[in-house]
Amino acid sequence: MKREKKRRMTWTQMKQYIPLYIMILPGAVYLFINNYIPMTGIIVAFKKYNKAKGIYHSDWVGLDNFTYLFQRDAWIIIRNTLSYNVVFLILGTAAGILLAILITDVVSKRAKKIYQSAIMLPFLISIIIVSYIVFAFLSAENGILNKGILEPLGLDTVKWYSEPKYWPFILVLVNLWKGCGYGTLIYIAGIAGIDGAFYEAAKLDGATRWQQIKKITIPCLVPSIITLTIMGVGRIFSSDFGLFYQVPQNSGSLYDVTNTIDTYVYRALMTTGGLGRSAAAGFFQSVVGFLLVMGVNGMVRKFSKDNAMF
Amino acid sequence: MIKSKSYWRYQILINAVMILITLIMVFPLVLLFMSSISSDASLLKYGYSFFPREFSLAAYQYILANGTTLFRAYGMTILVTIIGTILNLTLSSSMAYALSVKKLPFRNIISFYVFFTMLFNGGLVPSYLMWSNVFHIKNTIWALIVPNFMLSAMNVILIRTYFMTSIPEALYEAGKIDGASYFYIFRKIVLPMGTPILVTMGLFTGLSYWNDWTNGLYYVNDTKLYTVQLLLNKMIQDAQALQANASASSANALMKIPTVSVRMAIAFVALLPILVIYPFLQKYFAKGIALGAVKG
Repeated sequence: MKREKKRRMTWTQMKQYIPLYIMILPGAVYLFINNYIPMTGIIVAFKKYNKAKGIYHSDWVGLDNFTYLFQRDAWIIIRNTLSYNVVFLILGTAAGILLAILITDVVSKRAKKIYQSAIMLPFLISIIIVSYIVFAFLSAENGILNKGILEPLGLDTVKWYSEPKYWPFILVLVNLWKGCGYGTLIYIAGIAGIDGAFYEAAKLDGATRWQQIKKITIPCLVPSIITLTIMGVGRIFSSDFGLFYQVPQNSGSLYDVTNTIDTYVYRALMTTGGLGRSAAAGFFQSVVGFLLVMGVNGMVRKFSKDNAMF
Repeated sequence: MIKSKSYWRYQILINAVMILITLIMVFPLVLLFMSSISSDASLLKYGYSFFPREFSLAAYQYILANGTTLFRAYGMTILVTIIGTILNLTLSSSMAYALSVKKLPFRNIISFYVFFTMLFNGGLVPSYLMWSNVFHIKNTIWALIVPNFMLSAMNVILIRTYFMTSIPEALYEAGKIDGASYFYIFRKIVLPMGTPILVTMGLFTGLSYWNDWTNGLYYVNDTKLYTVQLLLNKMIQDAQALQANASASSANALMKIPTVSVRMAIAFVALLPILVIYPFLQKYFAKGIALGAVKG
């Protein structure tokens, strides 16, 4: 019955919604161009791109681009992307929860606000400026580490930008410095939403602060942790291009530990003849990333529907 | 109220830890500023440091005297940020409003069309080929505005949620009964009532335009179109080229390669507007970040 009624919506009834469709149109057209056309263009990964013919009319080459990619560089860029993301995710979550608990426990409202502002500040800074700051620390000739610490102590200075072994730590530190405010803020909101009665009851039972954190705060934060983790896992094949390209100053001797899928895609694209492998790496990233989001979300949905993203 | 000794001990401990963390967060920026007010000679001799060994405003004087490139880039950044943010807010707020009207036919399909762009993307190569070979956007100001930042599905969804939850439905109904058109309701009721979310989203959009260097990296090599971030990027490249090959300097005649302190001064000037507005708008920034985590 209801269906019948719906179907009978007449032209005159539809007409009243035209203004709304007009308001949707510009955005929809933009998304079509900026997002949907490139989605179909992803088939370029299976082609030998010819500028004159365009993506759709270039010749198919089957899996050639992928064979090339996987015979040479795929292992390193996938390894780097995945391992950095796993470390970022774990440390980011831990730091976020820890800082959120500390800030929440601070009694002085003013101090609280200052701390909160300070940890969010690096989040707003462009990665290029971050790379300038990192350079001030690491520059071989006049960086703080060499000139201010190692030299006065009589130790050998280090050419930081050509020593790969330090960079996993440097990048993790920079990322933590820049990104931990984000998680912290979300967990602060999460803690603020916890019913105060839980803590009152725990106090009456003589629970220590540590016990309260373990038994009340952290369990109550699980939904936020799950949401952030799903988002993190969904992005596990993507990397912050600026962090891995700009902060190591695109230094060739560091590629082994700084090359991720995103930097690889860009550098290959800018290399003559590199478009094929660039597209193949991009295809891999998009498709696997998509399958991961769907998979993780599906799993979460199965266990607790409320925590799923969609 | 009398508080126990352990309470105060705990407060002192956590405040001490947080002060330390605050310093870690802020000190790198202090370093940037201090280097910009140090004399170049002292930077070269003693290295960067948190306290200027030899105070000097030479870097800022240099910028003021030879700053055409920088001023131009600064103007470009401001222009791109303003146009981009306005376009983004216009597109996303009108789309969000239309999608917040529950009776709209095909509403779910359109919402999914928006949402799907968050799940899947074509990656850099197809976008790059499309923008450069089909739309010929290279070396135009649109290259800095249009790709990627002009609309984000996340913004649309967050704004729509706000319109649906924070504006009383009765207001819409009243408007409808009075015979107001959708456009009228949007302009006179929804936009004014939705100001908080629009400010928040506008701030983040503005910030991403202000800080963006990727669009410029992909599509712009005309120095006239450089934004501050692109100028900073170019200066790193030039310094590297100079190091790699001492005679390469003539190839990069964009700006006489700035000395160490000048580079830091330009970086600091690029950061300054954010530092200035941040204390006033901190609340909106915080809100925006917290919103980002609510499910779409």
